[in-house]
Amino acid sequence: MKSLLTISGSPHVHADESVRKIMFTVLYAMIPAMLVSLYFFGLDAVRLLLLSVAACVAIEYLIQKYLIKGDLTINDGSAIVTGVLLAFNVPANLPWWIIIIGAIVAIGIAKMAFGGIGKNPFNPALVARVFLLMSFPVQMTTWPVPQPNFPLTDVITGATPLGILKELNGKMPAPEALQQIMGDAPDYINYLIGFQGGSLGEMSAIALLLGAVYMFFRRVITWHIPVAYLVSAIGFAAIMWLIDPSQYVNPLFHLVTGGLMLGIFFMATDMVSSPMSARGQIVYGVGCGVITMVIRFWGGYPEGVSFAILIMNAFAPLINNAFKPVRFGKVVAVKS
Amino acid sequence: MGLKTFVMGGVHPPEQKISAAEAILTLPLPKTITVPVSQHLGSPAAVLVKRGDLVKTGQLLAKATGFISANIHSPATGKVAKIDVVMDQSGYKRTSVIIETTDDEWMEDIDTSSDLLREVTLSKKEIIDRIHNMGVVGLGGATFPVYVKMMVPEGKKAELLLINGVECEPYLTSDHRLMIERSDELMVGITILMRALVVEKAIIGIENNKPDAIEKLSALCQKYPGISVQALKVKYPQGGEKQLIKAVTGREVPSGKLPIEVGCVVDNVGTAVALYEAVQKNKPLIERIVTITGKAAKRPGNYLVRMGTPIRALIEAAGGLPENLGKVVGGGPMMGKALMDVEAPIVKGSSGVLLMTDEEAHRVAVRNCIRCARCTTVCPMGLEPYLLAQLVTHENWDKAEDNRIMDCIECGSCHYTCPSGRPLLDYIRLGKTKVGTIIRTRGKK
Amino acid sequence: MIYAVISLSAIGVAAAVILYFVAQKFKVIEDPRIDAVEELVPGANCGGCGYAGCRAFAEAVVNAGNMDGFNCPVGGNETMKAVARILGLEAEEKEPLVAVLRCSGSYAHAPKKANYEGASTCAFAHGLFSGESGCPYGCLGLADCVDSCAFDAMYMDPKTGLPVVIDDNCVACGACVKACPRNIFELRPKGKKERRIYVSCVNEEKGVHARKNCAVACIGCGACVKVCPFDAITMENNLAYIDPEKCKLCRKCAPVCPTNAILEINFPPRKERPEKAKDDAPKDPDPAPMPPQQPDMSQVH
Repeated sequence: MKSLLTISGSPHVHADESVRKIMFTVLYAMIPAMLVSLYFFGLDAVRLLLLSVAACVAIEYLIQKYLIKGDLTINDGSAIVTGVLLAFNVPANLPWWIIIIGAIVAIGIAKMAFGGIGKNPFNPALVARVFLLMSFPVQMTTWPVPQPNFPLTDVITGATPLGILKELNGKMPAPEALQQIMGDAPDYINYLIGFQGGSLGEMSAIALLLGAVYMFFRRVITWHIPVAYLVSAIGFAAIMWLIDPSQYVNPLFHLVTGGLMLGIFFMATDMVSSPMSARGQIVYGVGCGVITMVIRFWGGYPEGVSFAILIMNAFAPLINNAFKPVRFGKVVAVKS
Repeated sequence: MGLKTFVMGGVHPPEQKISAAEAILTLPLPKTITVPVSQHLGSPAAVLVKRGDLVKTGQLLAKATGFISANIHSPATGKVAKIDVVMDQSGYKRTSVIIETTDDEWMEDIDTSSDLLREVTLSKKEIIDRIHNMGVVGLGGATFPVYVKMMVPEGKKAELLLINGVECEPYLTSDHRLMIERSDELMVGITILMRALVVEKAIIGIENNKPDAIEKLSALCQKYPGISVQALKVKYPQGGEKQLIKAVTGREVPSGKLPIEVGCVVDNVGTAVALYEAVQKNKPLIERIVTITGKAAKRPGNYLVRMGTPIRALIEAAGGLPENLGKVVGGGPMMGKALMDVEAPIVKGSSGVLLMTDEEAHRVAVRNCIRCARCTTVCPMGLEPYLLAQLVTHENWDKAEDNRIMDCIECGSCHYTCPSGRPLLDYIRLGKTKVGTIIRTRGKK
Repeated sequence: MIYAVISLSAIGVAAAVILYFVAQKFKVIEDPRIDAVEELVPGANCGGCGYAGCRAFAEAVVNAGNMDGFNCPVGGNETMKAVARILGLEAEEKEPLVAVLRCSGSYAHAPKKANYEGASTCAFAHGLFSGESGCPYGCLGLADCVDSCAFDAMYMDPKTGLPVVIDDNCVACGACVKACPRNIFELRPKGKKERRIYVSCVNEEKGVHARKNCAVACIGCGACVKVCPFDAITMENNLAYIDPEKCKLCRKCAPVCPTNAILEINFPPRKERPEKAKDDAPKDPDPAPMPPQQPDMSQVH
């Protein structure tokens, strides 16, 4: 024996798991959506993604190095994930300085001010997005229309399908509005793939779903939040549609447009700001779904995903208190 | 028969049963042995011998004191060199009898032949008395005196005996080898247990990573009425009493209650064999099968070891002390205890010795909790380890008790799975001691 | 418009009436002296008096009607006199105390035999094993006492692995005494000119066992008991204890201790017996308190 023996409490083995691994799994899961954004927005998407990630990592580094003088955690990848998510949540043609402000808000205010990774009550990327949306409403709602294989010298901008819907709301019945947005023969498949205006990462539901499946099999996310969110949001939309089809559009439209998919799979499932128990996660998912739809139907903004998730983030501690996991010892005497 | 398992939580650590194919060898008696008088749960036994006494193998060395306690017998023949405090596997010094061994000479009334005695002639009371006298304790790890378990309290009825052959701890193979090599003794032992508990049915639960044991015991079940084998899906901590009952019967033992509450009694396979020897052969519990294993072990294997043998002797039998030894664990990697000193003796509860290399010995760096909820997902008792650890650091004992900290079975799944490497179980253990003390003092008032 | 004004006014009046009655109903009548006493005590809520906080102490002392057993160690005699004046009572003079670490098992004296990894709290390590040095009584060096100290009167010395008490800051609140799972701390009188003599060991093992783990352990030889002219030293469970009430600081015991387990603090250096292995003796804590150097405990907490 050369060195001293190590003494510690059990267990003496550890699963091959780390924060870094989880964060990189999330990053890999976002690759399909990144590729879609590259396809639609080309260099703009590259510029935005790189800028956002670099800004987030740099700000985390600077804060840790010079402000709190603590351990550096930039190599765990969480800042990169925040950076990508932030880029996913803004229009592709956003000026560079706005995205830097977004990064400062996301990392500096929403994350490091609370004590760094694991301590933030709200999803940092969403806080930044909402901050930008309120501070720079014009830039944040000027969406470049996706133009695959098109040089980016001459960007055409337009509104998102949800934005147009909100505009037309009250001016004409819902089916007519839908017709105006999607044409006579609504092609949901095209929307699903991503041919619609919107933020960088929310275009293609298919790409996001692909990433979610990967995360699910790598056990980074569980089914509870996505399923609860999806079912409650679409269920709510379906109920309203059944009650009054002239007022509310087809729930399928809500499914394929806007940031719903991005929110469901990458934002609401954020570990830090979501509840801990399976039951709590379902409650949280349902809350997100209902609030999203309430905002889409009756709110002032065309899109409600970010607000819904942030509102439910605030409720997460309460949900943790109210919905404990099912304790062992509840099932008594099942006759064998 | 389909595979069963428990529902809630659980993890799958790499099985690493590297010594599964090694037949049981007998470890030669060392020159000196150190027999602690506290090898069981409960109060230490009172020493009966004094310095200079000559003792025979199987002679009573220390007598049980109180209800929950166990007799300690001499595992060897020789002279009592001294009675002193010696560091045992707990890392604390305990009173021990140190014997200088000579040639093995057993007490006359012990049957040392290898004949199988199938006929059980003793009555229920005689069996329980015999077990008490022979110092048989649970060999699964908790070392609870077996005779106490066999006295079913008033108003309760045992209807099912569960025999624990799960061995869900990675690396350990002592129970596995025992089931294969001592199958007949095991079956008779189970018959004795059934007789003492007055139950008709016994089920041996075995995880299906031991197909040879399942096959062999299933075949033997034909000869022993009332006993059957249940194959179980591999999942840690299935060897936990409550998890095994849940897996096999679907019943859940209520919080803070014993298995008898749902009509079950659980005993380890090793215990059943020890019981056979005690009842049929009049042989006290003075030896047991110990696995010596681990990445740092040169020749992993399974040994029949006399109690009191220093762990060093076992390591030497397995190829000697490795240079890169970083940690010695008494027991398995999930619930075992890290040892300070390889001179500590093998005791009744030692199921294995795990030698870890210096690289594996260290814990991963601790980072912030990222609230990923994995600890909650894997907890087999449905607890929230992250919350309990937090409450303990804030010394909020009341709330920790409300969140059922005392239900924790200390399986270590939470710490095992934590991506931030947080020492969750360390804090929960600390909390359990504190809350346990609070509950006991409250009971006194 | 007029309806809005009327209805809001009505709501306001109704709320005011309700508030008035509720306030009347739940009014708590308190002895005004409690507030006065609370004003006097330091307000650190350290619990050194044995009560849950300064307010609880104030309530208890006012309700008790006498000063017996009440002492605020932080405020000291001044504060207790002032409290007594308010209550019209007499406060007895108390000697100031200081927390004393009764262990000298530094890295040099009690070398490590194992490395501990895990939760950085003595309370857990104490339950897990006997300690890195193997001494089941000695300091575990994981700083539960430093964490418990609310007055910045302690820091861990990275060279020795032991906590150091800064005498000037210590108010003898007793938090460290409670925090230490091994009961190593003792509140002893500060002594004249801050001079103290005490046995810096709590090991109750037999001499051989104690000595095996630590060079400066009390081995229970009894030499100090024999030499003490005032019967101040008692021997119990192989451990010597110097009663501060009886000790006259004559300094006879320290030189006879074969393991240098008896420490003399703040005395002028001895002139005679220079051969007495001075380097072997544990070093006196720095008389000029260093700024507290907090070791990195952030890992787990």
